[in-house]
Amino acid sequence: MEIMQNLAMGFSIALSPYTLMLAVAGCFIGTIIGALPGLGPSNGVAILIPITFTLGLDATSALVLMTAVYYGAMYGGRISSILLNIPGDEPALMTTLDGYPMAKAGRAGDALVLSGVASFVGAFLATVGLIFLAPMLANVAFMFGPAEYFALYLLAFCTLGGMASNNQAKSAMAACIGLGIAMIGVDNSTGMPRLTGGSLHLYDGVDFLVAIVGLFAIAEVFFFIESHGKSSSIGVKLDKVRIPWRDIYETRWTMLRASLVGFIAGILPGAGASLGSFMAYMTEKSIAGKDGGFGTGVAKGIAAPEAGNNAAAGGALVPMLTLGVPGSGTTAVLLALLMTLNITPGPTLFTDRPEVVWGLIASLMIANFVLLLMNVPMVKVFVKILMVPPWVLLPGVTMISFVGIYSLSGSYFDLLLMIGFGALGYVLRKLDIPTVPVILGILLGGHMEDALRRAMVIADGDFIYLFSSPIAIGLWIAAIVGFVAPMFLRNVLKKPQRITD
Amino acid sequence: MKTRFMKALVTSVVLGLGATSAASAAECIAPANPGGGWDFTCRQIGKIMFDIGAVDQPIQVTNMAGGGGGLAFTHVVSERDDDADLIVAASSATSTRLAQNAYAGMTADQVRFVGAIGIDPGVIVVAADSPHQTLADLLNAVVADPSAYTFAGGSAVGGFDHMKPLMLLQRAGLTDITKVKYIGLDGGGDAITQTIGGFTQAMTGDMSEIVGFLASGDVRALAVLTSERVPGFESIPTAVEQGFDVVAGNWRGLYIPRGVSDETFQMWAGRLQQVADSAEWKEAMTANGLAPFTLVGNDFQGYIDNLIVEIRQMSKDIGVIQ
Repeated sequence: MEIMQNLAMGFSIALSPYTLMLAVAGCFIGTIIGALPGLGPSNGVAILIPITFTLGLDATSALVLMTAVYYGAMYGGRISSILLNIPGDEPALMTTLDGYPMAKAGRAGDALVLSGVASFVGAFLATVGLIFLAPMLANVAFMFGPAEYFALYLLAFCTLGGMASNNQAKSAMAACIGLGIAMIGVDNSTGMPRLTGGSLHLYDGVDFLVAIVGLFAIAEVFFFIESHGKSSSIGVKLDKVRIPWRDIYETRWTMLRASLVGFIAGILPGAGASLGSFMAYMTEKSIAGKDGGFGTGVAKGIAAPEAGNNAAAGGALVPMLTLGVPGSGTTAVLLALLMTLNITPGPTLFTDRPEVVWGLIASLMIANFVLLLMNVPMVKVFVKILMVPPWVLLPGVTMISFVGIYSLSGSYFDLLLMIGFGALGYVLRKLDIPTVPVILGILLGGHMEDALRRAMVIADGDFIYLFSSPIAIGLWIAAIVGFVAPMFLRNVLKKPQRITD
Repeated sequence: MKTRFMKALVTSVVLGLGATSAASAAECIAPANPGGGWDFTCRQIGKIMFDIGAVDQPIQVTNMAGGGGGLAFTHVVSERDDDADLIVAASSATSTRLAQNAYAGMTADQVRFVGAIGIDPGVIVVAADSPHQTLADLLNAVVADPSAYTFAGGSAVGGFDHMKPLMLLQRAGLTDITKVKYIGLDGGGDAITQTIGGFTQAMTGDMSEIVGFLASGDVRALAVLTSERVPGFESIPTAVEQGFDVVAGNWRGLYIPRGVSDETFQMWAGRLQQVADSAEWKEAMTANGLAPFTLVGNDFQGYIDNLIVEIRQMSKDIGVIQ
């Protein structure tokens, strides 16, 4: 019952009128930040850190505010995914696949409420998991060496094929474009710049946020210009918001499974929420099989990625708190905040500074409930922000995209790059090549290459090393099955619908 | 009350987004993404300067990642050369890269180094279950069979973490240091995780990166690369006392644009000295494994000039540059 005592202590720290107010404010701001394309949880939290000092907040209050913003942004990302087909942040990418078709079918309200509930389930279970498993799960990171990481990323790419398009060759091509873009920058294993054309701006590679905003938001603007604003994608109407009990009930196991998958993905350092939502979606898609209709706007296709990415957000806190190794970009920012507050996360944090850990966990719980209340009955408020006419919204989206990207790096080069990606996104969509694999290639390609190169350095170029542990072998088998199975099952499986239109 | 508070927050967001807000507030550029050492320097020094009243307004931190600090360096030299309200976080990585000509032709004399107020001592650690008990144990084993050992570190190949084991191994008698295997990970935490997991045999990094792991007993520090043992970590022997004459630490400090007046230079040096003398900074140093190392003003500029000459020679010796 030590856990209950600790939790009670945590709530006694986090539950005061002032901190509750901070939680509500943080959740509200976070949801808006998440919903705005381009502004994700990591830059959202980074932008707000100075405010905690200006307001003179103590460590606990600052943590409550920041975690509320963090969870809020994870919730908010789904809103623009569903209504605009533009992911509000990178983990919300998978939510566009079923969320947008469902919204186009006139069920935008259902999609929003369902995804809100799924977000709650994922985040809630992840927080519970954090409470019970954090000290134990910290050890998982010790079992993943370069060979295991490489196999893990391979698994992600191998299951990519049949996901985003009805033409696997086009998906594979898109993934290769992404992998190629991921190679730009200084090669970590030799320190030599590659494909940079001598430009210092490209030494750190292409930031995937720049790519995402370009491929989705800017490409959307190009399409809008082409159609002279007549047929914009934002034709989604939101009428009365009711709670779709039946959908929630039917997706209960999906939410549980997706939360588990997302949580595990979150724990692995470097994998993060995007991999979590991706893995959760692919797991559910393969379980549902040919009758699942994934990609056409089914409830499970919305519940899975949302539960997955919110669970991963909680999971990512495990390595951050126990090892000081951030599991995602946002936790890296939270790590910075903790360090500024003179709290050094690491294996001894749970014993040395219990009030920080349990205060943080209690504030996560509070933020989660506040968000559920805010996102289900009040979803219309957030939708209103996005439901302005297209001729107002799209310039607004463009402006926010530019400001958001500029705030990341303070470099106009990234703005030009973003426009370039917008043009690429426009061309790809014209050719019916899906853009999701491009993003995943950029997102995971660098990590995958680093893992391979490190494995080769350790093993002196001996490829057998890649199969040197049971975990690695298991992941390899799953990857090969995931790649080969769809080819044989092609005639059996119902072809996924085109998602870009 | 609540709506006013939220309005204030929203306004701050908008201001924060603008990145270059109120003119009177000083700005600290952290040339990396949030979460690293430069970010820590900016946020910690900025916070303490405000807390102790050395500046009237909170110092705004801007993250400008790119080119291992090169982007921020170029930005300062070419666009902000006379900005008196600008400070930039720097460390050994800055001087190492300048010495290796890794900032696209930029040189150290294009900015002014204001001072360093702490040093993160270099360390060599192994997992708690490693057979190697002393630094000599490990180094002799590596010299005997370099292909059986991989070092993990938080900096890229050719970076400061890579150089530390090379310098030690040279003194241990290894002639062909190109045989030493090193993998660069995304930070000291990752490097230590890989070492505890047994994927690499030793970790090379900074004291701050290993503090938590030392306390938990997961790792054993074989040596600290300082001339004296570090206060608070007296049980860790120095490499020097074990017979390997290597001193390498990651100083934390600031540089400012070249074009500012001498008064401005002295003003920032004075503020930095105030931070160094404050109780808050001493507390932050202990919590983060930094050792005392205060050198501000013209003394520090001289130190940097010598350091760069030294590192350039060392880089040539080990073949990182021509």
